[in-house]
Amino acid sequence: MSTTVQLSRRRFLQSSLGALTLAVTAGGLVTIVRAADADSKKYGADSMPGGTVDDPLVFVSIAADGTVTIVAHRAEMGTGVRTSLPMVVADEMEASWDRVQVVQAEANEARYGNQNVDGSRSMRHFLMPMRRAGAAARQMLEAAAAARWSVSVSEVKAVRHEVVHQSSGRRLGYGELAADAARQPVPGTEQLKLKARADYRYIGKNQVRLVDLEAIGKGQATYGMDMRLPGMVYAVVARPPVVGGKLRRFDSEKALAVPGVLKVVEIPAFQGAPAFQPLGGVAVVARNTWAAIKGREALEIEWDDGPNGGYDSADFRKTLAEASRATGKTIRDNGDTLSVWNGAAETERFAAEYYIPHLAHASMEPPVATVQIKEGRAEVWTSVQNPEAARTAVATRLKLKPEDVKVNVLLLGGGFGRKSKPDYVDEAAIVARAMPEGTPVKLVWTREDDIHHDYLHTVSAERLEAVIDKTGKVRSWLHRSAAPTIGSLFAEGAKGQQLFESAMSAINMPYQIPNVRVETAEVAAHARIGWFRSVANIPHAFAAQCFIAELAHRAGKDHRQFALDLIGPARQIDPGDMADTWNYTESPERYPYDTGRLRGVIEAACQGAKWGRELPKGHGLGLAFCYSFMSYTATVVEVAVDEKGQVRVLAVDMAMDCGPQINPERIRAQMEGGAVMGLSLALTSEITFEKGRVKQSNFHDYQVLRHNASPRVIRTHLVNDDHDLPPGGVGEPPVPPVAPALCNAIFAATGKRVRSLPVGTVA
Amino acid sequence: MPQLNVNGQTREVDVPDDMPLLWVLRDELGMTGSKFGCGMALCGACTMHLDGAPVRSCVTPVSAAAGRAISTIEGMASDRVGQVVQDAWIENNVAQCGYCQAGQIMTAVGLLKTTPAPTEEQIDGAMGGNICRCGTYPRIRAAILQAADRLAQGDE
Repeated sequence: MSTTVQLSRRRFLQSSLGALTLAVTAGGLVTIVRAADADSKKYGADSMPGGTVDDPLVFVSIAADGTVTIVAHRAEMGTGVRTSLPMVVADEMEASWDRVQVVQAEANEARYGNQNVDGSRSMRHFLMPMRRAGAAARQMLEAAAAARWSVSVSEVKAVRHEVVHQSSGRRLGYGELAADAARQPVPGTEQLKLKARADYRYIGKNQVRLVDLEAIGKGQATYGMDMRLPGMVYAVVARPPVVGGKLRRFDSEKALAVPGVLKVVEIPAFQGAPAFQPLGGVAVVARNTWAAIKGREALEIEWDDGPNGGYDSADFRKTLAEASRATGKTIRDNGDTLSVWNGAAETERFAAEYYIPHLAHASMEPPVATVQIKEGRAEVWTSVQNPEAARTAVATRLKLKPEDVKVNVLLLGGGFGRKSKPDYVDEAAIVARAMPEGTPVKLVWTREDDIHHDYLHTVSAERLEAVIDKTGKVRSWLHRSAAPTIGSLFAEGAKGQQLFESAMSAINMPYQIPNVRVETAEVAAHARIGWFRSVANIPHAFAAQCFIAELAHRAGKDHRQFALDLIGPARQIDPGDMADTWNYTESPERYPYDTGRLRGVIEAACQGAKWGRELPKGHGLGLAFCYSFMSYTATVVEVAVDEKGQVRVLAVDMAMDCGPQINPERIRAQMEGGAVMGLSLALTSEITFEKGRVKQSNFHDYQVLRHNASPRVIRTHLVNDDHDLPPGGVGEPPVPPVAPALCNAIFAATGKRVRSLPVGTVA
Repeated sequence: MPQLNVNGQTREVDVPDDMPLLWVLRDELGMTGSKFGCGMALCGACTMHLDGAPVRSCVTPVSAAAGRAISTIEGMASDRVGQVVQDAWIENNVAQCGYCQAGQIMTAVGLLKTTPAPTEEQIDGAMGGNICRCGTYPRIRAAILQAADRLAQGDE
C-alpha cells in the first residue's frame, strides 16, 4: 500500500580534497525505483512531488577531521527548518552539534525528496526520513569500527562523535572512521535501529540554536536580496496595475536617459490562467537598484486593463454577502439542516455574517531573484519556498532541461506562502535572456510592487445559521462560505472553493450537532489568489469560532464550557465520516480528528489565561480554537478597549498540540509569531481594490502590527508531546484562532460584536 | 563625488547626490547587512547610525551622509553597546527569518546609547518604526531589557 523507495545502487566517492564523503556521484549512479501500487491512494509525503528520500549518502558527509556536513534540503524562511531537520539527523547519528555544519541543497527533488516549504509539512513529512538517514549513518560508522577491531558490531556503540568498543574502551572518532564507513553497505529500513526517546540528545531538548543566528545578528547572513556577482546588473519591473492587463504601448526614451539605466526589456503578459507566470510589463535594467527604480519612474506606459479593470472590493463585498445568503454547493450534509431551520421558531434561529478582506503577505524581504545564463545553462540565486518550481519555471522559459538549471537557495526574508510562487524568478530569467550572455541580473521587487502584485489571501464572506433551543442545545448548523478560490490561479474562471479549501475549518468541524450542512458559493476571482499562512482556515475559523461564542452567549453559557460540550467527549473521528473531505493529504488512520487533543489545548489556553477571572471594566477575555495542518491550537486573548473604542491587546495565551515536539523552542517562536501575525490581520491589515487596482502600496496604508501595538505578554503552552503520535504542522496552525479570540474578547469587554476584519476601532 | 566614512573607513563612491545611502552601501560598496524593506522609512530594516543617531538609510540621500560618521550593523561587533545588544539577541533566540533584525539591532543600540535604562514605553516609542513580520517583538523587548541590564552592570 505504501510507496517503497529502493535505492538500487549505493555509491560513495572520495573527494579530491582527501575528505571522505558519504555522497552520491553527480552522474546519477543512484536510481530511485518507485514501486508504487497504482491502485492505492497515496498519503502525506508520498503524495508530494519527489516524495521523501532517507539515504544517508544524500544527506550526510564526514570529513577526515570529523566535521559532519548535513544537507538542509528545505528552504529557511523563518521556521527554523534549516536547523531543526539537520538537528534530527545529528541526533540519530550521535554527531556532536558543535562539529556539524549545515549546507543548503540546491533545487533537486529527485535527489532530496520534496523541497516545497508550504503546508507546514517539513517536520510532518521529514522527521522519520531524517531519523532514518541519521540512524543509517550511525550504523555504518559502528559497522566500520567493528570491522576495524574485528569485533561484533553488537559490542560497539556510537557515542558523541566517536564509536566506542565497550569492553576494551577503545575509541575511534567519526573522522577516522569516515572512509571505512563510506564503504559499508547502507542498512535497509528494516535493519535500522532508531534511538529510543530517552536517548535523544537534541530532539526535544532546546540545546541547538539556529545555525544562522549569529550571522543574522551581525548582518552577515545572505538572503536572496543580498546576492552579488561580478558584473551584476539590477532590474525592476513596471507591471500591469490590473491582473490580466496588458501593455498597450510604452515609450522608454526618458527611462533610458536616466543615468545608470542600461536597457528596457518587455515582459510578456501571462497566457491563460495566471499560475506562476509573470504578470507582464516592462523591466528597466540598470547599474544599481536605485537607477533602475528611477528609470522605471520615467517610463511612459499605457495599459489595457483587461477584464478585471472594474474590480471594486467594496462592490464585491456585497456580491459575496449576497452569494453567502443563497443556496450554494453542498459539501457536507448530515441530517436535515434545512428542515430543522425551516421548522424552527424564530426565537430559536440565529444567523450571523462575517467578512475578511484580501490580505498581502508582506514578508520583510520583497520577492527577489538573480539569474545568470551562460553556455546553455542557467544559474539562479534566490529566496523561494519551492525551489523545484523555480527550476521548472526557468527551464521552461529558457527552453532548457531542468538539469541545466541550477537553483541556489538563499535565506528567505519571510515567505508566509508568497514565495512558493516563483513568478519573480521567471521574470529574472526573461530579463537575463535579453542581456549579453553571462550577465547576472538581480530582479528586485520594491515594497510597492509586493503590495500591488501579491498572490493575495482570498476575500471572504461567511454566513452561519444555527437552530439553538431554549436549553442551549444546538440542533442545526449551516456554514456557507463565499470566497474566490486559489483554483482560479490554475484554471481560468474557476469559481467556488475547492475541497482542500473547504476542508480547512469548514467541513472538518467535530461538534456534536445532529444536523450539519456546509456549502460553498460560486464566486469568481478578480485578483491573483494564493496561499497565505494557514490559508482558508483564516476566514472559516474566524466565522465559526466567533459564531460559537455568539451561540454560547445566546445560551447564557460560559464560552469555554459551551465549546467543550459542543465538542463532546474525547474520541477519534475519521474525517471521511464528516464528508468526502481532504485531510491535508494525510491518511485518516494516521491522522484522525482527535477531539481529546482539541479539548486539551482549549483547557491549556484557558488555564494559562486564568479563564473566568474577574477583570477590570473595559477588559475582556476571548477564546477560539482550531485544528489545522494536523495540529490543535487554542488561543485566549485579553483586551482592553477604551471609551474611544481603541483596542489594546494585553496578553495572548496560545496552546498547541502538534504531537511530538522536535524543537520546542522554535515551536514557541512560531506560536509567538503566529499570534502577532494573527493580530495584524485582525486589527489593521486590509487590501482593497478600486478600478482593478490595489489601493494600498506600502506599510503606511497596509498596516501590520508594530512593537507598540504588540502584546507585551505572549504565553505559549505546549501540550501533549507524545512521541508515539505522528508530527503535526507548526508554522501555520498558530494563526487561525487569533482573530476570532480577539473579537470574542472585544465582545466580552464591550458587548459589541465585531464580525468584519480588520477591527480598527470598535464603534 | 561623495567621500563616505563607513564604520571608521573612508570609502569613495561615484553616485548621484540623491541616491539613498542604503543603495550606495548595498549595491556600490557591497555592504548588504542593512536591508531594503520599504524604501519610505516605514519599516526600519535599513536603519544605520549617522554620527551615532539612527536614521532610515533608504530615504537618506548620500549627500546628507558625506563627512559624517556612518555606522552599520557590520560595525556593531566593535561597538561596546552593539556587542552587548548582539549577544542579547543571540541569548534570547530573537530571530526567525532574521531579515529585519539588523535594523532592529541598530535602532535598539541607538536607544540604549541615549536611554540606558529604557521603560517599556520608551522601548515602544523607539522601536515602533521597526517592523518584524515574523512577530519577534516579545523577544526583541526581552533582549533590549537584558542588554540594558548588562550594560548597567558593566558600568558599575
